Amino acid sequence: MATTIGKLDSANLNGGQKLAVKYFTVALVLFGAQVLFGLMAGLQYLKPDLFYGVLDFSVNRMVHINAMVVWMLYGFLGSVYWLLEEESQHEVVGLKLGNLIFWVLTAAVTVVVLVYLFVQVGPGKESSLWLINEGREYIEAPRWADIGIVVSVLVVFFNVAATFSKGRYTGIAGVLVLDMLALFGIYLAGMFYTTNISIDQYWWWWVIHLWVEATWEVMVACIMAYGLMKVLGVSRRIVETWLYIEVALMFGSGILGLGHHYFWIGTPEYWFSIGGFFSALEPIPLVAMVVHAVFDAGARHAKNSNHPTMAWLIAHAFGNFFGAGVWGFMHTLPQINLYTHGTQWSASHGHLAFFGAYATIIIAMFYLAVQRWRGGAWMADGLPGNGWKWKWSLTLLNLGMVGMTVSMLVSGYVQSQIERAIGGSTWEGYFMAQAHHWFAQGMWWREVFGVMFAVGFVLLVWDLLTIGKGETRAMQAASSEK
Amino acid sequence: MENVQWWASETFWRKTAIWVTGISLIVLFLLTFDTLQKISAGSQRVPAYSVINYRIDYQFDQQRNVQVPVTGIKEPLFGKELSDAEAEALVKLGKLTTQAKNCMNCHTLLGNGAYYAPDLTKAWLDPYWGDKGVREELMLAFIKDPSDKLHNNIGRRMPKLNITDEEARGVVAFLKWMSSIDTNGFPYNFKSIQQEN
Repeated sequence: MATTIGKLDSANLNGGQKLAVKYFTVALVLFGAQVLFGLMAGLQYLKPDLFYGVLDFSVNRMVHINAMVVWMLYGFLGSVYWLLEEESQHEVVGLKLGNLIFWVLTAAVTVVVLVYLFVQVGPGKESSLWLINEGREYIEAPRWADIGIVVSVLVVFFNVAATFSKGRYTGIAGVLVLDMLALFGIYLAGMFYTTNISIDQYWWWWVIHLWVEATWEVMVACIMAYGLMKVLGVSRRIVETWLYIEVALMFGSGILGLGHHYFWIGTPEYWFSIGGFFSALEPIPLVAMVVHAVFDAGARHAKNSNHPTMAWLIAHAFGNFFGAGVWGFMHTLPQINLYTHGTQWSASHGHLAFFGAYATIIIAMFYLAVQRWRGGAWMADGLPGNGWKWKWSLTLLNLGMVGMTVSMLVSGYVQSQIERAIGGSTWEGYFMAQAHHWFAQGMWWREVFGVMFAVGFVLLVWDLLTIGKGETRAMQAASSEK
Repeated sequence: MENVQWWASETFWRKTAIWVTGISLIVLFLLTFDTLQKISAGSQRVPAYSVINYRIDYQFDQQRNVQVPVTGIKEPLFGKELSDAEAEALVKLGKLTTQAKNCMNCHTLLGNGAYYAPDLTKAWLDPYWGDKGVREELMLAFIKDPSDKLHNNIGRRMPKLNITDEEARGVVAFLKWMSSIDTNGFPYNFKSIQQEN
């Protein structure tokens, strides 16, 4: 191994990791697509005639959010394959099938995106839902793709469960296997058509909420546990105890916190109390994660084997707390949600939460992967150019995101006041708010910060391609790896 | 290991995690069972599709202290009374059309979707349509080709989505039916189109 330090050589990776870097590569490409289509959709708020009738806002926005869902799922699958062999101390069972499924899934994603872009919409028939797009936010993927996704994740699940069963079944393994089962199972709740929009939205939220506010959070808690062991050398007993605490708090608040989506879709009034109460508790596990990460880093004087990964893990802890926790809590109670539901508040929260909770930790895994891929190259202090690329991309991505979030929040204030409280959400009220100069300012600043974010993304890609290149020093492994 | 307090022990938290998750799931399943009955089409909160044969209004309810949809006198959509099955078929066509045309990636429905265009929860009752007498025709014309119609003063326009006449009728039926759903007072302070005779 030592002979290939500084060179990108797949001989440095185990079987699962070779597959993981494929998932990571596609994830990064889709991340780029998300940024690009986000910039285009944001620009349409400012220049409504841009791409009108060619690439309308609905198309750009759909690609923007679908690219996000898929790149994050790819990031998770990659992360799971990454840690699988080390954690289980066993070769991946059925790796060939796993590899095949990667190509099938990636081909399917490509076809889906091409259809989104070039077919866009279909006639009002079920066949459109099967072949083109289901028209349900975040899970627009047509039904044929849904079925493909289910088959694919079953294979991934088999890889993971079988490998852990044959090898070492750790605490992280136990949580991960059950969480993946739930994560994949919940997807089935989004795979049917119903005319009754209240029932439609009821199950739709099962997928969306129980993913991002429950099973995805537990998924990143597992990745965090692994990451802290890797880069800081925290003991397994500590990370696994924290993991159980986080699962208890996360599922304890998040499962019934689902009720905060059931205030206004036709569902009974008892969801006000249940949804309000439990969703108000949802920030608590996120505080626990911050304490866990920061305490463990501090206890080791932040001495770690991979500075970019460590920095992104800390960005994750705070991003998750602020984006999902604080920004979610701000408008979760029905008394405020009546005015903020479905406004730029939601967009503001969505951006900071998805980035803070998920993008950050997947980027941390990218850096961990690239370090091993380059033969365990040195990635602590004293990088060439003082590591300016990773530091600047970290700064630009985070500042860009915070800037976008705050801009949209300002627009959201205007919208909730003028459209929702005063204008009563009529057509006229809606456009009165959209035309207000404070709202428009927010949209302009969002685009400016979006460009900042995009520059950060370009730097990130550049850095991932070059960090550790030609490095001769070997990393110093954290203690728990020895 | 022997010095670990119970509240810091791995076993305690593992068991807690399992119990908390299990209980939460059971409660969620029970509530789901109850809610699904209360929001089935034809229930008190979500009227049957044939409600499109009647006038829908959105009025303040003193007792609940919110606006609620009220089903009024007979007022068939497009002047033709439909049987239960016909009404359901028309609303279904409309709902399928809203999905196939990707409405939710600009509009919100029941407040969910994207934020580039107005919320459609009470679009049927929107004063934008001006007079009740011309509402149906205006809605049909707008849905079929909105590109040259007046929208607003900021230049944002809905694109033409090749919606057929029958699909447009379905969408109007779907919007009328959706406006009859009891959404606990969302949207707040909505000012309906004039309905008096």
